[in-house]
Amino acid sequence: MIPFDYRRAENPAGAVATVAGAPGAVYLAGGTNLVDHLKLDVARPDLVVDVTGLPFDRVEPRADGGLRVGATVRNSDLAAHPVVRERYPVLSQALLAGASGQLRNMATTGGNLLQRTRCPYFQDVTTACNKRDPGSGCSAIEGYHRYHAILGASPDCVAVHPSDMAVALVALDATVRVLGRHGERDIPVDALHRLPGDRPDRDTILEHGDLITAVDLPAPLSVRSAYRKVRERSSFAFALVSVAAVADLRDGRVQDCRIALGGVAHKPWRAHAAEDVLRAGEPSEQLFTRAADAELAGAKPLPDNGFKVAMARGALVATLRGLTTEGTA
Amino acid sequence: MTGMIGTALPRRDGPAKLHGTAPYAYEHDVEHPAYAHLVQATIARGRVTGFDLSAANALDDVLAILTHENAPRLEDTGNAELAVLQDDAVAFRGQVVAVVVAETPETARQAANAIQVTYDSEPHETRLRADDAGLYTPEKVNPALPTESSQGDVESALASADVTVDEVYTTPMEHNNPMEPHTTVAHWDGDRLTLYDSTQGVHPLRSAVASLFGLDEDRVRVVAPYVGGGFGSKGQPHAPVALAVLCARHLTGRPVKLAITRQQMFSLVGYRTPTIQRIRLAADHTGALTGIAVDVVEQTARVKEFAEQTATPSRSMYAAPHRRTGHRLAELDVPVPSWMRAPGECPGMFGPEVAMDELAQRCEVDPIALRIRNEPELDPDSGKPFSSRNLIGCLEDGARRFGWDARDPRPRTRLEDGWWIGTGVASSTYPVHMSPGSVAEIRYTADGRYEVAIGAADLGTGTWTVLAQVAADRLDVPVDRVELRIGDTDLPNATVAGGSSGVASWGSAIADAAGAFRDKFGTDPAAGDEASGRTPDLSETFAMRAFGAQFAEVAVHADTGEVEVRRLLGVFAAGRIVNPRTARSQFLGGMTMGLSMALHEQSVMDHRYGHVVNHDLAEYHIATCADVRSLEAHWLDETDEHVNPLGTKGIGEIGIVGTAAAVANAAWHATGVRVRDLPITPDRFL
Repeated sequence: MIPFDYRRAENPAGAVATVAGAPGAVYLAGGTNLVDHLKLDVARPDLVVDVTGLPFDRVEPRADGGLRVGATVRNSDLAAHPVVRERYPVLSQALLAGASGQLRNMATTGGNLLQRTRCPYFQDVTTACNKRDPGSGCSAIEGYHRYHAILGASPDCVAVHPSDMAVALVALDATVRVLGRHGERDIPVDALHRLPGDRPDRDTILEHGDLITAVDLPAPLSVRSAYRKVRERSSFAFALVSVAAVADLRDGRVQDCRIALGGVAHKPWRAHAAEDVLRAGEPSEQLFTRAADAELAGAKPLPDNGFKVAMARGALVATLRGLTTEGTA
Repeated sequence: MTGMIGTALPRRDGPAKLHGTAPYAYEHDVEHPAYAHLVQATIARGRVTGFDLSAANALDDVLAILTHENAPRLEDTGNAELAVLQDDAVAFRGQVVAVVVAETPETARQAANAIQVTYDSEPHETRLRADDAGLYTPEKVNPALPTESSQGDVESALASADVTVDEVYTTPMEHNNPMEPHTTVAHWDGDRLTLYDSTQGVHPLRSAVASLFGLDEDRVRVVAPYVGGGFGSKGQPHAPVALAVLCARHLTGRPVKLAITRQQMFSLVGYRTPTIQRIRLAADHTGALTGIAVDVVEQTARVKEFAEQTATPSRSMYAAPHRRTGHRLAELDVPVPSWMRAPGECPGMFGPEVAMDELAQRCEVDPIALRIRNEPELDPDSGKPFSSRNLIGCLEDGARRFGWDARDPRPRTRLEDGWWIGTGVASSTYPVHMSPGSVAEIRYTADGRYEVAIGAADLGTGTWTVLAQVAADRLDVPVDRVELRIGDTDLPNATVAGGSSGVASWGSAIADAAGAFRDKFGTDPAAGDEASGRTPDLSETFAMRAFGAQFAEVAVHADTGEVEVRRLLGVFAAGRIVNPRTARSQFLGGMTMGLSMALHEQSVMDHRYGHVVNHDLAEYHIATCADVRSLEAHWLDETDEHVNPLGTKGIGEIGIVGTAAAVANAAWHATGVRVRDLPITPDRFL
């Protein structure tokens, strides 16, 4: 850890101006990721701007029937919110599948989206990592990569995004509201995170100084939704693979659906190919398997994580089976 | 006798821990402490060629930087693990090459990170291989057991058997990971050294530090009233305590606090070696064993040898006329392995107990019946009678409680709600230890209490409570008239809290002192009357072990391979139980750690660099509460007058023994997939 200045943000525009004007500045919200990185020397900011006092701590209904979730709403509070539980069960389930109770009490909505990969080489400054130290190389490709990407990776980075919540938000077609130097703009969550390409140091398309102020949830496609997380212990473990699915089922057919996969790529992976197979189909094991196979046809696993393809297929099939027969997985 | 032995007395240290007033090592108040942080080698083998300390020295509040170039010389460098900063050699990645002392822990850490070290590195080897050309046979295995054993002609038995099993089983590198990291507060006051340390034995640590620094033992005091878990990793001194003392000696008059980080615990304070176990069983068609061969390959460090006694439990478990066991070691460029809960028995009852399940399958004999069929009359290893042996009682009682009789022996027959369900069993055992040399003193006070003093340790196990019970029982007084004092070298000598020997060693000394006290002073003593007692010698007439049976119900998800241990049930025969409440905690804790070993624990070594990659508790998985579903521990009433005057066998470790095999056997029964390599992860079933 190196010494840094600490300031509490007085207002949103001031916070953005401060951070945008200082290359070494970062925002601090719940601190559940940043503080670890400060101790590990992974993050070396010279200024930390605390945004937890900004007025982004509300969950409010929107005119279009959706919800606006403030960026500093804590994960525990969002998971327990009655409207979220009733109309967006996939989001509540995803939040509760993440981290531990103590961490969820601290972690915020905006911070959850911007948490960084758990790749152990990223978190260890004695090893090479293109994400932490561009150009130094990737230690994971020929190293320990059990948890790493099977879709959309690059020769420079095979890390995965660790958030559960973000996977659910992609399946809900959510949008992030961002305040930047030039005002506010909306970005679909699906477009927020990047694939690594040759710039794995950039997790998202945000510019330095951009501040997430809220996440907007449109009225749900269906309340029939579920989050299924496959992990190696039952709590406080990151996903090997996860599935968020929302399905509108009427007249014995899948009228429409949204599916996203977690733990498989550098970003929450919207499963368009699977959705295309499912749309207008009659639910059956064959249909689910075809959908999963269509999505995973492009998977390129690493030597030690090939099992993730079969696991993702199994998780997707099991989720769809549960969703179409019982309404939950 | 008040009958205090056998009473479920609540923990006497509970309120202090609940209120946060029980001081752990780091929390001891000392005046004006300085703080140390360690710098670790980033190569696995070679030499340090230089340091750039300029950035670190430029920081305000850095008080000292010690390297091999300026650190005080140690008197005795015989234990190379403790001979820190004495030369430029690097023998494993993570070895300490420098230490910074500063006014605050943050500055110490910042300065440590700012130090640039240059190396001359050499090729290293950290991968354990069964065919390593350099394998050698150690002279002894831990603690001082024969490396090999042989009876009859096991090769002929294997060649002529009706049924054989010949498989290789592996257990991974595992780290102890107690909740409290290894911590030392070191304070020199003139020529006297005081240590507040997170240790499993104040007197053994004092001896080690005294010889390391060439001091008389009476100039060193070690204090450790409360310890936040050890699981063996605080049983022997490791490098951090030596470093803290070096720093304090260098900074004359200033106490130094050192708490190592979780990441540092993966290279500096011991771990369980990975093991490769080739198990061969020969039997007739009824499952009666004719031969048992256990050949183990495991690793040790270049710095210091540690030879885990993995093959030794097979020497005493089952009858067979022809048998052999042996250990071979690979000396690698790795951190020093050491004790981890039930060294030897814990890994060494995985391979053999899964092999027994495979034999049961091949002979079409029930796994419990198979074990009963091979019950020995005498200890097969020593030929001595067992002081008591109730393995069959544990298996039968457990079968009844678990509902074993209703089991369909065929694998992969129960599919419920998308989960394959199966059940499995394994035996458990742990030797009875009692270490010589503990002394207890009892003194009657003016206000009518009995002060009972012994330098014993409580790692969270219940020592504070059960030793008071032993004293109350043997003095025949209510327990609230007993004031126990432990965890300080100013108290009479006590042996290490290891080998599940605490109650036997320390409790027997207290019982001896109580007898002496009453013999001398009767039941109406005067203030100041005192007597002492010591641990008696261990019987050599009998083979002495505790036994147990572990039952598991496992579910494996048909689509994803997720593994759940739905039920764990253990029955143990471990002699007399002093306190059913704290004993149950020990059994349940051991079984939970066994579940964790079965499904989760694995230190992943990156052999390119030679370090454990998953070196924190987010990535090194230990079972969480959510992983533990139904968990039951029971015990048989077992009277054994031979083991020690209290009739106890030790309960701290047996709970972890056999658990992983029971889970693996249940996973096979659920799915038909035989997992021979721990941990049992979802990908095995996809």
